[in-house]
Amino acid sequence: MLSVRAVKQLGEFSLDVTFEAASGVTALFGPSGAGKSTIANMIAGLVDPDQGRIALDGDVLFDSSGKNVPPHRRRIGYVFQEGRLFPHLTVRSNLTYGRYMHGLPRDEATLGNIVDLLDIGHLLGRRPGTLSGGERQRVAFGRAVLMQPRLLVLDEPLASLDRARKLEILPYLVRLRDEAKVPMIYVSHQAGEIIRLASQVVKVEDGRVAAVGGHELLDVRPGEMTH
Amino acid sequence: MFDLSPAEWTAIFLSLRIAVVATVVALPFGIAVGYLLARANFWGKSLVDGIVHLPLVLPPVVTGYLLLLAFGRRGPIGAFLAEFGIVFAFRWTGAALASGVMGFPLMVRAIRLSLEAIDQRLEGAAATLGARPVWVFATVTLPLAVPGIIAGMVLCFAKALGEFGATITFVSNIPGETQTISAAIYTLTQVPAGDAAALRLVVVAIVLSLIALIAAEWLARLANARIRGE
Repeated sequence: MLSVRAVKQLGEFSLDVTFEAASGVTALFGPSGAGKSTIANMIAGLVDPDQGRIALDGDVLFDSSGKNVPPHRRRIGYVFQEGRLFPHLTVRSNLTYGRYMHGLPRDEATLGNIVDLLDIGHLLGRRPGTLSGGERQRVAFGRAVLMQPRLLVLDEPLASLDRARKLEILPYLVRLRDEAKVPMIYVSHQAGEIIRLASQVVKVEDGRVAAVGGHELLDVRPGEMTH
Repeated sequence: MFDLSPAEWTAIFLSLRIAVVATVVALPFGIAVGYLLARANFWGKSLVDGIVHLPLVLPPVVTGYLLLLAFGRRGPIGAFLAEFGIVFAFRWTGAALASGVMGFPLMVRAIRLSLEAIDQRLEGAAATLGARPVWVFATVTLPLAVPGIIAGMVLCFAKALGEFGATITFVSNIPGETQTISAAIYTLTQVPAGDAAALRLVVVAIVLSLIALIAAEWLARLANARIRGE
């Protein structure tokens, strides 16, 4: 269970949101510029709220009264829109980076499972510079999952891909959700992706939570649900 | 004509030793100052930036004289260090210090530029993966700055190899102790019949500089290829 109450002023833009996310996949849904990525960054600890409180499973991560757990101790996996793989490391080293940094034991079986699930076994010896956009995102999923996060934050992970690639990658995310069983925050402005992945929807508009509910909040237009 | 005399070999090896020591000792400071200037915001940052770059614009003789005042046997720093047996004045170590100071701005500049070019979002990604700040620096920032660090080291090395004004002012021109290639060439031009020897050392200086440049180019290409994943 993730609970977020956060206030942040970014120039002209003001963010003031309160919501809770149960286990499973919760979508942060809304137009670009609504503040979704800022919320994701605050959950991961990459951006500090001016005021508020963020707690995960009863563990307070941020409280403006004086507590702020740094990102490296939050154990929240993050998949960024542009992958952000380490260009100087091989795919294999990218995948094991989080485990290594968390002092987790080497675990070839788990690595093998995730690698099979994401279909990236043939890429292990390569470097990110030689991968396609879709391959890069799959490695980024694996990298975030393999550190055994308490929560996985995915910030528009498919936005940089063309439509064909998106359709190709979505099934991997569904498998990740069903087999890795990590709670997820899925940030997107694409109703189609959210319908496939998320059960709970937090609708964000102009820095505020406009509504919390289910798929009925995704004003899906005809033709958008083709995948 | 290309039989180098023992004295000329001495000058060549001394130059190389001074340049290598100057570069290696300057490196950790160069990385620290480069990082500070690239990333930190603090009061007096422009002043630090100015002081670091001063040897680039000051007459080398002035830099050498200031070093003599500070690090000479009776200078405040020199007298203090002498108690621990560290002496710079009229020693090859002093030549290394002078050429290191002269090469330092070039080194810092290259390292700073490469640090500024790094995508800091990669460092954020490393943090979410559990890397403490010091590990983020060691596993992400530093490896990605390697091309700039190589460039900085070569520039510093080349500057140190050819440094003349500050060195001769600070530690004089003592054969076997502080007489580098540049100082030896200068001495040879002052004596009759020194032309042939001077010319030999000129060729050596050109060859050494070329080797340094080519090695740097090759290393930088290697490092870049590694980073881009080719």
